[in-house]
Amino acid sequence: MTMTTVTWDDLEVGTEGPTWEDKPLTVTDFVRYQGASGDMNPIHHDTEFAQKAGFPQPFAVGMLQAGVLATWATDWLGATNVRRFKVQWREQAWPGDVLTYSGAVTAKREEGGQRLVDVEMVVTRQTGGIHLKGWATFVVAGN
Amino acid sequence: MDKSIEGNRGKPFRMVVEEGKVREFARAVKSSNPAYVAEGQSPATSPVTFLASSSFWQGPESSPFGGVSLNWERILHGEQEFTFPGAPPAPGTELTAQARIDRVFEKEGKRGGTMTFVEVVTEYRDSSGAVVAESRSTVIETSQAPGS
Repeated sequence: MTMTTVTWDDLEVGTEGPTWEDKPLTVTDFVRYQGASGDMNPIHHDTEFAQKAGFPQPFAVGMLQAGVLATWATDWLGATNVRRFKVQWREQAWPGDVLTYSGAVTAKREEGGQRLVDVEMVVTRQTGGIHLKGWATFVVAGN
Repeated sequence: MDKSIEGNRGKPFRMVVEEGKVREFARAVKSSNPAYVAEGQSPATSPVTFLASSSFWQGPESSPFGGVSLNWERILHGEQEFTFPGAPPAPGTELTAQARIDRVFEKEGKRGGTMTFVEVVTEYRDSSGAVVAESRSTVIETSQAPGS
């Protein structure tokens, strides 16, 4: 992903962030996130454990994709500008899935002397199915 | 789980936003943003969902579920929200956090069975006592295992 510096005038309702397609998800991605976050639930990396729980194989850590979506949003609108970030999980993601991260501005407003934009985001699987929906608010500096 | 656990609080816990953990977490969420990983200087801030990791490093006494037994095979993480009055806390910030069960409610599932929604709110305060971040986590307990 590349970083952009957007200003207030660049953003209108409907302005889209740069749609980004990630590489296929791997169990290594899950393990790296699990180590970083401390969530060692084996259902995301231990095939035998996942199958005993009724799943065909380990599935993606939901918070990993939430974190990657936040990476996408902060690359677009700025790491120190985020004020709210919310995600809702839909269908599960699996190793090998190719996820696409995208989103657009849904509102532009001024509140308490600050300029804010609301954005709505979505993480889509290669099947077209929705893995994650997201909503965020960022302050926007400058003009 | 039922309404009786509403209002339960975990014991406050200390959490330092550590630079090394911030860098490691940023890499794990596929970020190369200098705000998190700039070399030769302390990163300006922490990743948006970084504080989610705090719950995995605490003792059981800090969990608002306390002695409530949870059937983890039937628990899904439904929603997660973070709010920040200013920028997310920078590395070096010493936080005191406390989790509480804010709300418990039920809904009928589309495929039958009752789903219990539990909203857990965690407030993170800096050394002056000001709230610098809030996490709202919605977990869903289904009446059957999600994988079945």
